[in-house]
Amino acid sequence: MKKSVFLGALTVAGLAAGVAGAATLDDVKARGKLNCGVTTGLVGFAAPDANGEWEGFDVGVCRAVAAAVLGDPTAVEFVPTTGKTRFTALASGEIDILPRNTTWTFSRDVDLKFTFIGVNYYDGQGFMVPKELGVSSAKELDGATVCIQTGTTTELNLADFFRVNNITYEPVPIETNAEAQQQFLAGACDVYTTDASGLAATRATFENPGDYAVLPEIISKEPLGPLVRHGDDEWADIARWTLNALIAAEEYGVTSANVDELASAPTDNPEINRLLGTEGELGAMFGLEPTWAVAAIKAGGNYGELFEKNIGENTPIGLARGLNAQYTDGGLLYTPPFR
Amino acid sequence: MTTLTDPPAESFKLSMLVYDTRYRSYTFQIIALIGVLTLFGWLTNNTVQNLNDLGKEVDFGFLSTPAGYDINQRLIEYDNQDTHLRAAFVGLLNTLLVAVLGCVTATIIGVIVGVLRLSSNWLVARLMTVYVEMFRNVPVLMWIVLAMAILIESLPSPRDFRGDTPEATMKLFDTVAFTNRGVYVPEPLFSRGIGDLSVFGAFGISLDLIAIIVVLIGSFWVAKRIGRKADATQEATGVRPRTWHVQTAVIILPVVILLVLLGFHLGYPALQGFNFQGGTHMRNSLIALWLALSLYTAAFIAENVRAGILAISKGQTEAAAALGLRSNRIMNLVILPQALRVIIPPLISQYLNLTKNSSLAIAVGYMDITGTLMGITLNQTGRELETVLLGMLIYLVISLIISGVMNIYNERKKLVER
Repeated sequence: MKKSVFLGALTVAGLAAGVAGAATLDDVKARGKLNCGVTTGLVGFAAPDANGEWEGFDVGVCRAVAAAVLGDPTAVEFVPTTGKTRFTALASGEIDILPRNTTWTFSRDVDLKFTFIGVNYYDGQGFMVPKELGVSSAKELDGATVCIQTGTTTELNLADFFRVNNITYEPVPIETNAEAQQQFLAGACDVYTTDASGLAATRATFENPGDYAVLPEIISKEPLGPLVRHGDDEWADIARWTLNALIAAEEYGVTSANVDELASAPTDNPEINRLLGTEGELGAMFGLEPTWAVAAIKAGGNYGELFEKNIGENTPIGLARGLNAQYTDGGLLYTPPFR
Repeated sequence: MTTLTDPPAESFKLSMLVYDTRYRSYTFQIIALIGVLTLFGWLTNNTVQNLNDLGKEVDFGFLSTPAGYDINQRLIEYDNQDTHLRAAFVGLLNTLLVAVLGCVTATIIGVIVGVLRLSSNWLVARLMTVYVEMFRNVPVLMWIVLAMAILIESLPSPRDFRGDTPEATMKLFDTVAFTNRGVYVPEPLFSRGIGDLSVFGAFGISLDLIAIIVVLIGSFWVAKRIGRKADATQEATGVRPRTWHVQTAVIILPVVILLVLLGFHLGYPALQGFNFQGGTHMRNSLIALWLALSLYTAAFIAENVRAGILAISKGQTEAAAALGLRSNRIMNLVILPQALRVIIPPLISQYLNLTKNSSLAIAVGYMDITGTLMGITLNQTGRELETVLLGMLIYLVISLIISGVMNIYNERKKLVER
């Protein structure tokens, strides 16, 4: 008994001890690798390909940050996390940044002591059902069995939605997306609910995606964004502006194909010049190379390229830009100026 | 003439702490104690300091805030507006449920397998060896996941029961439905029930159930009295009066009368909407966890039982055989009662293991205390330290209670020596 208390205390102390290191940037540089927390596998967002290389939309953010900080987009150690383990992993210092379909909420930002650095995907919670059930609206789901990943905001939204609409359901809590898929396909649950993007990504991996429908109701706002620990503002700035750089690059037409050419000499657009470091000293202000943004954009392309390559309409996942278009195209992406 | 004087009182010197064997052990023990206390102090201080730096002071206030999430299996009333504390309590009851079910089943299977492993029938003995080695040498998590996967993949889903020519039908005269969401069995209902007994206003216990249990205990007590009286008559006269029919009547009649008075009937499950409604729903997660934990722990218990039996001298068997007892009576009346003394102590740790292993429940989505308090609550409130410490404390208390109860039992089974 004494021993278990002792070991427990050790664990807790170990957990807390990792937090102490403040300057994440120095740690990452000294390590030569960025520790990036991702999902345990959600095709399109973060999943290992046939060669074991991680790829996806969230992975693109990891690579861009690694490129901006270390100049090498492959200098990333991917740490798969579940909905339950992700925050502990970040708080304990096991990972430096967590781009993992994580919804930006008040309590996570304030009470859990994390800093959200922006939104890389505007999402909402949806429902997927087999077409043979003949359900056309989520309000018809009275008495249904619902598969849900535990430890997520979706769990709370689900409870709210069914309570407000005065209908009942039976939750089946599940740890990972893969388990949810297994249960859903076997018919152990009628409905699978998670972020609409996640549903699309999951459906894309089914044998017969056409047999399943995503219901029209979107029951929540789920702004998904990367997050870092509270208290290291410099590191948060680097992560935030790397993401902003990818979004700005799309706005100004800087792509992975033309970035070298645009960065070789100052162009007549001062915004591009400051972004790519041919004018001004933006990189030096947070201790990075002047070409940090060039490296970040070259890592996987600008925001639009990342989107099209991983989750866009020409991929099996087939998500439309929707809210995630530039503000100039009627979307919500709007980056503050690089100045 | 010399005068005897007392030897000079030896004054205490500091060096004696090391060189004098009388004091040396104290010295080292005190040094070790200081070392351990320093380590603990450092750990605690470090934790508190780091949490303060993060701005997260230890605070259990979150327990009284609404949980916001639903739990599918609950033994007491609970909805998502109840507190985290109540959610934790629901989880605790689920842990206890699977632990009790698991311990009972594991003991039954374990004893049978342990005895059969010593069988003189080659095939039976070998089969039991295969079972024991198979379950003992694969992590229990695999068995839990495997059991769940088999249940999900092999059983029909509720929608297969629909239609004029359904792919699946209910079994046992249309009373039980085996689905991949669990087993639906008829539930006992009382049309003239006497309601619930409220405990601290927190949850209710069915008075019907209490009444039935009280009546049953009373009946058994009376039946036993009748048996004792028969024993006394036999001692005195040598003739044992026939009592079994009276005893059976005493046990069965009062319960039947009570059930009729309460208006007992069965509620059958029926397909309605997405799921079966009515009846008792035993979820797959519970069945998978229960099955895997019982089979796994039973393998260990079987080895304990075998060891206990082998510890009894062969002479006991031979002596009993010489008295004319048949082999199954020898086992039940002579060997097992003695073997219990060897079996019980390791059995206690198997019960503890099973209870603690039940914390793997989240692998199949069974909402035990680990899943609620140390799972969802931890996640939604971000109180790692508080929830984990609380969870550890709860497991500690459960384990100590199991040990305590089993130790009392062990004490009673001990060989009484003069």
